[in-house]
Amino acid sequence: MQQIISLLMENKPGALMRVTGLLSQRGYNIESLTVARTLDPTLSRMTITVDVEPIMRAQVIKQMNKLINVLQAIDVTDGPAVNRELVLVRVRTAQQNRTAVLKEAEIFQARVVDSTLEGFALEVTGDPERLDEFVDVMGSYGEIEITRSGIVSMSLDNKKLRLSPPVPRGAAIEEALELQGAD
Amino acid sequence: MSSNLLSGAKILLNCLARENVECIFGYPGGVTLPLYDALYDHTIKHVLVRHEENAAFAAQGYARATGKVGVCCATSGPGATNLVTGLVDAMMDSIPIVALTGQVSTKLIGSDAFQEADTFGITRPATKHNFLVKNIADLPQVIHEAFYIAATGRPGPVLVDVTKDVFQAQAHYSPVTEIHLPGYKVYSEGHGGQIRRAAQMIWEAERPFVYAGGGVIAGNASRELVSLVEQIDAPAVCTLMGLGAIPAEHKNFISMPGMHGSYAANMGMTHTDLIIALGVRFDDRVTGRLAAFAPHAKVIHVDVDPAEISKNRAADLPIVGDVKRVLPKLSAELQSLAGEMKAKNAAARQAWWRQIRDWREEHPLTAERSETEIKPQHLMAEIDRLSGGRAIVASDVGQHQMWAAQLVRFNEPRLWINSGGLGSMGFGLPAAIGAQFARPDKLVFAVVGDGGFQMSIPELATIAYYGLPIKIVVMNNGYLGMVRQWQELFYNNRLSQVELSCFPDVEKLAGAYGFTGRTVDDVRELAKALEEAVGDAGPYLLNVKVSPFENVFPMVPAGGAINEMVLRPPQPVEA
Ligand SMILES: Cc1ncc(C[n+]2csc(CCOP(=O)(O)OP(=O)(O)O)c2C)c(N)n1
Ligand SMILES: [Mg+2]
Repeated sequence: MQQIISLLMENKPGALMRVTGLLSQRGYNIESLTVARTLDPTLSRMTITVDVEPIMRAQVIKQMNKLINVLQAIDVTDGPAVNRELVLVRVRTAQQNRTAVLKEAEIFQARVVDSTLEGFALEVTGDPERLDEFVDVMGSYGEIEITRSGIVSMSLDNKKLRLSPPVPRGAAIEEALELQGAD
Repeated sequence: MSSNLLSGAKILLNCLARENVECIFGYPGGVTLPLYDALYDHTIKHVLVRHEENAAFAAQGYARATGKVGVCCATSGPGATNLVTGLVDAMMDSIPIVALTGQVSTKLIGSDAFQEADTFGITRPATKHNFLVKNIADLPQVIHEAFYIAATGRPGPVLVDVTKDVFQAQAHYSPVTEIHLPGYKVYSEGHGGQIRRAAQMIWEAERPFVYAGGGVIAGNASRELVSLVEQIDAPAVCTLMGLGAIPAEHKNFISMPGMHGSYAANMGMTHTDLIIALGVRFDDRVTGRLAAFAPHAKVIHVDVDPAEISKNRAADLPIVGDVKRVLPKLSAELQSLAGEMKAKNAAARQAWWRQIRDWREEHPLTAERSETEIKPQHLMAEIDRLSGGRAIVASDVGQHQMWAAQLVRFNEPRLWINSGGLGSMGFGLPAAIGAQFARPDKLVFAVVGDGGFQMSIPELATIAYYGLPIKIVVMNNGYLGMVRQWQELFYNNRLSQVELSCFPDVEKLAGAYGFTGRTVDDVRELAKALEEAVGDAGPYLLNVKVSPFENVFPMVPAGGAINEMVLRPPQPVEA
């Protein structure tokens, strides 16, 4: 089944590789992945859609949270969250279908971003299922080509971001030595 | 302040000194030239191994024997790639090491320069975390972060790849005072409510069973474990990684569970109604067929790593925390409930102990002996006798490892050093080197097979050069024994590529390095030969010719349930 993960991470070199590497290493298939900076330019927000057994969902989140550069990984599959995707569709269509295509586009609140004699390029955002429908409908008018963005998700939950505070350097080592002495 | 201007190489060494690093196991090369130049007159000791893989294994031996972070070092390209097995090995067994590698100069990265390899990419899945340092300003912070990450939480290997220009650049060095890793979560205390519920479950259980693992050793929590076990008077097993967490001679200790575990340990696990799992990961070598594992048991699972909880076996009561901190709290809760609850199941618990004792007596782990040949089990019993539960035994991987785990007693933590999760042949000898550097006061055995030994032969030079009094005991069965065992049992005894001919003459071999080597094949000489090895002040290579076709039992065939052990070789049927 599809699991949607929203991930906040430090924008460090290799951070993306750690996430994708972890997923493939643990045998989870990535269906889509989007990433971009947040308001804080040192952080990125990533939305990942993976195909996993429902029973493994908690495990995936725990593994993500173990990554040092990940500040928070949350499962937004069951909300509360808004999930949106953008799709660009090029449809080649015969002259007599042009109006019908435009009509459909309107129903899906798609925008025409290019128009040629052969057809249109359309842009639409929405939840992924609606986009599937849109793509199906457009496909019925002629040959199509599509590019999908993958899901971007925003959690509507007020899950508090818990960050680790700074620690004095050497604290861990001293603690370890102290513990050893105790043994 | 120009007096404070230091090269990156010197800054790095200063940072290591601030982390109390005593020695580095390493091997130099082109891009680490500036680092080795700085080492030339630095107080930090460098141990020159003969292969980088062994640098990583030696660093692990050091870390496993002490709990301190082990350090290894390699040059770019082949040096770094040679470290990889040792890193993955440390990852699997949660061993804190820091690996330092050189990288080609920043401006050459990506140009397929001489000895360039994508160390950062290659070691991503081999480490708990890794860094690439391309700017000298980041160097001190990164080094201290690396040590912090390696040593805290669930320990593990961290690699720092440093470009040559960073070693050479000059910068003002001001010591780092703070580590800030906002996304790095270390769980230590454990949830109070959960701990209280665990205490209730423990008193309510009729057949409690303690399953302790490497996490107890990593967490330096042996003492706390022993008090818990005594407080609740439960039978306790230690996994391959946990041996020594409870003294082998402790009355509650029931040896090791799993594929080559004892009958009592596996039967106990199968019949318990409450597993108290401490610093373990329900590894497949312990559980056998998961669906049939401990079918009657509830599970209390304490671990620092939340991802281990309910990964393989669902926990009825998870506690995310450091065993060192959780166990005393659990003991306190048990104590406060003892008045009303302890007596409740006393009769059931007595019956449970009787059952455990019966299992133990039915099929004890005993070292077989023969009058005519040296049985491998006999060899382990002799090592055990000389160790008296106090020596460090660094083992390689194979049949000898399993027999040693079954038959050598470990009365303290950090004595039994072996590659558990990855099972890397070639681990034992270099790990013994690291352990002996860490514990010069200890008698250190390297117990290795004739196969694994031949993966480590170059390190005889290291042992000789540093005069390490390691007792290398080769359990020589003439075969890749563990693979031969599987071929015999599961592949119709079609022995394919497992015979090890041309084993070197150890007298000449050790002699070539300037120390003593001896072969023993007469069972009557075994005890004396081992005593002589231990009595020798220097390194010693003892090649023990054992019966070639002995198999390790008990054995749970792959995919079997752990109570379906094969206890002994099929007996010849009399006509
Ligand atoms: C690096 C590596 N290669 C291969 C194996 C597979 N393997 C596991 S045990 C074993 C045989 C080891 O033979 P030996 O060192 O003689 O020990 P024995 O089993 O005979 O005691 C092999 C080949 C391994 N564990 N590690
Ligand atoms: Mg062998």
